[in-house]
Amino acid sequence: MTPAASTSPGAALLEVRAVSKRFGEKRVLKTLSLNVVQGEFLTLLGESGSGKTTLLRLIAGFEQPSAGEIWMNGERLDTLPPYKRRVNTVFQQYALFPHLNVRENVAYGLRANDTPKEEIRPRVEAALAMVRMSEYSDAKPTKLSGGQQQRIALARALINRPQLLLLDEPLSALDANLRKEMQGELKSLQREVGITFLFVTHDQEEAMALSDRIALLKDGGLEQVASPREIYAHPATAYTAQFIGQTNLLRGEIRANVAECGFLRFPAAAADGPVLLSIRPESIFLATDNLSIADPVRFCATVRQQFFGGATELLELVCTDSQLLRVRIGARGPLSGEHEFVFSAAEAIRVEP
Amino acid sequence: MYSRRYRLAVSLPPLFWVVLFLLFPYSLMFAHSFWITQDGSIVHNWSLHQYFQLFTNPLYATVFFRTLRIAAFVTLFSLLLGFPLAYFLSFHAGPRKELLYQLVIVPLWVSYLVRGYAWKTILGTDGVLNGALQYLHITHEPLSALLYSPFAVVLMLTHIYTPFVFLPIYASLEHIPRPLVEASHDLGANSRFTFFRVILPLSMPGLLAGATFAFVLTLGDFLAPILVGGPSGTMIANVVQSLFGAAYDWPLGAAISVFILFITVGLLFCTERLEKRWTF
Amino acid sequence: MSATSVKRRSPVLLTIYSALVFAFVYLPILVLVVYSFNHDGVGGFPPRHFTFDWYRQLIADSAIWNSVLNSLYVAAEAVVVSLTLGLLAALALDRANFPGKALFRRLVLLPLILPGIITGLSLLMFAVAVGLGRGLTAVFFGHGTALISVATTEIFAGLQKLDRRQEEASLDLGATPWRTFWHVTLPNLRLSLIAAGLLIFTLSVDEIAVTFFLIGSDNTLPQEIWGRLRRGITPEINAISTLILIVSILLITIWYRLRTRSERHCS
Repeated sequence: MTPAASTSPGAALLEVRAVSKRFGEKRVLKTLSLNVVQGEFLTLLGESGSGKTTLLRLIAGFEQPSAGEIWMNGERLDTLPPYKRRVNTVFQQYALFPHLNVRENVAYGLRANDTPKEEIRPRVEAALAMVRMSEYSDAKPTKLSGGQQQRIALARALINRPQLLLLDEPLSALDANLRKEMQGELKSLQREVGITFLFVTHDQEEAMALSDRIALLKDGGLEQVASPREIYAHPATAYTAQFIGQTNLLRGEIRANVAECGFLRFPAAAADGPVLLSIRPESIFLATDNLSIADPVRFCATVRQQFFGGATELLELVCTDSQLLRVRIGARGPLSGEHEFVFSAAEAIRVEP
Repeated sequence: MYSRRYRLAVSLPPLFWVVLFLLFPYSLMFAHSFWITQDGSIVHNWSLHQYFQLFTNPLYATVFFRTLRIAAFVTLFSLLLGFPLAYFLSFHAGPRKELLYQLVIVPLWVSYLVRGYAWKTILGTDGVLNGALQYLHITHEPLSALLYSPFAVVLMLTHIYTPFVFLPIYASLEHIPRPLVEASHDLGANSRFTFFRVILPLSMPGLLAGATFAFVLTLGDFLAPILVGGPSGTMIANVVQSLFGAAYDWPLGAAISVFILFITVGLLFCTERLEKRWTF
Repeated sequence: MSATSVKRRSPVLLTIYSALVFAFVYLPILVLVVYSFNHDGVGGFPPRHFTFDWYRQLIADSAIWNSVLNSLYVAAEAVVVSLTLGLLAALALDRANFPGKALFRRLVLLPLILPGIITGLSLLMFAVAVGLGRGLTAVFFGHGTALISVATTEIFAGLQKLDRRQEEASLDLGATPWRTFWHVTLPNLRLSLIAAGLLIFTLSVDEIAVTFFLIGSDNTLPQEIWGRLRRGITPEINAISTLILIVSILLITIWYRLRTRSERHCS
């Protein structure tokens, strides 16, 4: 099921060039540019209103950009109507045709493009086998469960061998267990067919689990584009640090290479001035655990609340200057009162406010 | 949650009224169709005489088939006018949709009589249309064939029933989830393919409902032929009307009415089954 | 570079066709209105000599206004009867199960979909059989009966949108079913009831098919117009038609607003 790849893996398949979108007075997408690499699983991540779905719809062809251009494979894309683009979409509520059965739904794209009949049948069967829905070929979509419908929607899109597959929050309607299962299936499917996936979600855990790269959107603009590990370890802004995973934000001043955040003082190689630092809860440890930490920074704080999380505990601490910090440590039973904590100065990442 | 007293209190009055003023009168009509007239009065001898008359008299057959033809044409033309309008409003009208919708339903509530009368003044030999054609020198003499013909009846009833047909079709079209249309385009289908493979099938219930409505009501219409039909435009309901009037043969009139009623109910039954099949 | 270079191909043909359909639906009515001001009568083209004469004649025409009164009288009664019975019927359909319920529902709908002549003649037979005879009373029964289904359908739709929990809460708090109905159910149905009432009123005033067979010597408005038509056409009829048009538009606009307001209100 590999597409006629006219771009080699690693090259940019899709180029969004300075695209913006407004609906009447409202500016939904600020001028943004983004490249989608051939063969990658790229996730557009953001809250509702961030513009991620709008961007997806611009690429699919359901909306026109107010400014800017979209190019695919060296050719202009945004001037083409949706039915001429080598792009297919899996919709949030699947949008399966209720009056057609599964087989007819999957064959729809082939029929619309005048594929000869002899070719349609085997391709439909192959597509259904790929999503493991072969026994349901005569069923009507309304009789299928959410997960099953989703697979049919996938088959229906992929059978057309698009160069780019768009997925609009396809897992948001599923319950938690089914979601995890489908995440795994999607990931292996993408590897198997080698098609470039552009995935939209508001769930940052999902984004991190599935993607090769994450593009985080906020209020219509690109906040950061990086691999999951990179974006987690080195968030560029406070928003990114808080949206992806949890973090503590420390506000302070740098004077003579020393960061002063409230009552904390530790070395920081940076220019003088106000600073915002992000430190992840799992980067702070109990001093009594005696772990060897580079550039250790020690402080005392009182445990205000404790949340048991199975393998870990989340502690809410109140510091001497009333600052609240969150710390995640291994499960060890209830703690209370004052304790000493330690973290490595290197784990305090500088972020833009 | 509702006591027996409550349930009785709400069901009995309407039930009583409906039995008295609907069931009983329709049954009377039904009964009359089996009676005969003798010497100018109705005699309660039960027989199938009227039905026999109805099916053997060529006059009734002629009028009946003419009525069927007119009904078919009215339905066809109303669909041809109403469907594209509904489609346009639902899919292409944008923000003006609400306003245009109200504009379409307004004529519905303008009296039938008023609209029929309008056509009468337009189509006559001294009417507005002839006047305009002559004024623009398209014709030099009035066209007399416009009024008092089956053509005029079809024209008038199409005018009356187009908004009627529009309503259920519009409702059906509005019910089609827009993502389905987007999905169709996304999969490579152009607007034409999308229309015939997605939109039309899903609008079937509304289409069937509207068509049935127009057909059935035209079938039993007696006012339009009187207004604009003339002798050549008489329909079966006029026959019934005269049998209850000057021709005074209630049993025969009842028989024809029952016949119309059976066709109507039969048609409604069929379309209901069809509509169920086309609802997803 | 402008990004709206892909013009959403607005379907030109369809737009023109739709405009033509609109014209077809409205032109005859517009012609009617225009010619109500025409001095030279109902036909001919173009209309010359603007005048209010026909309206003046109309205002002085007592027969017409008598028939208007009769129509209003019948319509008001029809509204009362139809709303009451329609409300009960809707409640029954919503909350009670009784033998023959399906039949009842279909029976109630019949006058709406059957050609008026059948209902009219049946009721005529009935009126004669019970010794009532033709006349406004018979017409009143006819309208009330035919229009129950309109009330039932509208009110039933309103009931569906009703939040049951309000009623349950009321009963839970100790109110009797009757009080609950009066103070909770009915106020919530207010919009549906008014909308249904308006609709029934308009339909009753316009009703001609059923009325045709039941009318006696007192005419309703449509019957009066009908009688005039049989005798000959005068632009006075255009004038009354124009007035009917204006009132209908008003009533239906109000009805539509109420309906959409009730939908927004309950969602």
